[in-house]
Amino acid sequence: MFRAVLVANRGEIARRVVRACRRLGVATVGVFSEADRDAPHVRDADRAVLLGPAPARESYLDVERILDAARRTGADAVHPGYGFLSESWRFAEACARAGLTFVGPPVEAIRAMGDKSHARRLMAGAGVPTVPGSAGAVSAAEAETAAAAVGFPLILKAAAGGGGIGMARVDRPTDLAAAFAGAARRAQAAFGDGALYLERYLERPRHVEVQVFGDGRGTVVHAHERECSIQRRHQKLIEESPAPGLDPAIKRGLTEAAVAGARAIGYANAGTLEFLVDAAGRFYFIEMNTRIQVEHPVTEEVTGLDLVVEQLRVAAGEPLRWRQDEIVQRGAAVECRVYAEDPDRNFLPSPGTLSRLTLPGGEAIRVESGVETGAVVSVHYDSLLFKLVTRGDDRDQALSRMRAALDATAVEGVRTTLPFLRRALAHPDVRRGALHTQMVEHGAFR
Amino acid sequence: MPEQIKAHITGVVFQIAAKTGDRVGAGDPVIVLESMKMEIPVEAPRAGVVREISVQEGQTVQEGDTIAVLE
Repeated sequence: MFRAVLVANRGEIARRVVRACRRLGVATVGVFSEADRDAPHVRDADRAVLLGPAPARESYLDVERILDAARRTGADAVHPGYGFLSESWRFAEACARAGLTFVGPPVEAIRAMGDKSHARRLMAGAGVPTVPGSAGAVSAAEAETAAAAVGFPLILKAAAGGGGIGMARVDRPTDLAAAFAGAARRAQAAFGDGALYLERYLERPRHVEVQVFGDGRGTVVHAHERECSIQRRHQKLIEESPAPGLDPAIKRGLTEAAVAGARAIGYANAGTLEFLVDAAGRFYFIEMNTRIQVEHPVTEEVTGLDLVVEQLRVAAGEPLRWRQDEIVQRGAAVECRVYAEDPDRNFLPSPGTLSRLTLPGGEAIRVESGVETGAVVSVHYDSLLFKLVTRGDDRDQALSRMRAALDATAVEGVRTTLPFLRRALAHPDVRRGALHTQMVEHGAFR
Repeated sequence: MPEQIKAHITGVVFQIAAKTGDRVGAGDPVIVLESMKMEIPVEAPRAGVVREISVQEGQTVQEGDTIAVLE
């Protein structure tokens, strides 16, 4: 096991990783920006190093400063959390060159899955169904031909992208050229790469993803599925496991495809294959996240596993301790993400100071928070404040506990997604598990 | 009548999309703010000519701050 792990992140996930290290008796090194001097994740770590000014590219995204912090503190491993540098193969490679273990998959796997159109081709080659689309990135001229083959409506996506940036829906052939130019410009601005590919746009699909775990010694298992259909701007707000009412045959197909896909790329450590499932039960791979995910707690709550502890063990060279037939879903769990965003103004960011923060407690409620009363919620970082996770013997109980948890939560000083989450949890379609990814944009929870 | 265009959120000026003297239409982006990893345009409330851009790239603006003046 490691001497000390540098946690290259902030907020709730940095605290989660520190907790996992503590369970293993491993020392922790936190990092922080000037904006985060007083943040809980800094106090949690055994020691902490100032990286630089508040903007992420001068602190949490600055590879040299992070490697230097590891050198100066004697850390021998780096856990990247999610976001920031977690899916940068260059960072993973730089860690290896500096003699540090990157707690995550091999560089080649990060690189292969980071190019989303390349990832689709690789997965299709492994027999994993993909959404009908172009064979890879296309030029504006090639897009015309590819679009005719794929059919309308379709969606343009950035090859280097993620987080919904650079995506554009196109309903008619006459709209294609203008939409292509706009999406390419946004992708170029966001990722430094304007390459686009296109896919069939699915009406009202569900987002179902499969947690996989490999040990780099040939073993790949799955830890079942998560339903993450309630999203805004292609980013998740509510997740649960199991996916409600998912046909067992479809579920088997999804988990088998996910394991086959992960095996095909020699995957190690924690990863997630994301799928869309249409009304007919057909499922399509959309992308793979080569890191721990925000919503990993719902999987932990139903399986009893500690995914972050296992990430550290496997990164340290230990074989995976889980057998597939021993990984069982018991009961149900749901997660709500509380963001500093205004749900009544199309989820606009709402930075500010938390003048009041009351978090719920009690049976079967898990709170993962990166903030406390008095915290300044900065414009420089992601707007996630905390996550609430509840467990139940069944879905109804987990949802009912979540409704109570949301009612016991109070935030003042910034606007948050709490009112939205309360409305969503009370919605009849959510109660009966009839979910799809377009519910928020269709205004179901206004 | 000159009209002040105000930031509707707190953020950092990511990009200045229009310059002094530009003719803009209603809904055209005047500047783009970056806040919490999101890029949010501040749009012209009506058609007109940009008389002044009151901010610079990289500057932090608070919700309600004037970012430009439209004529």
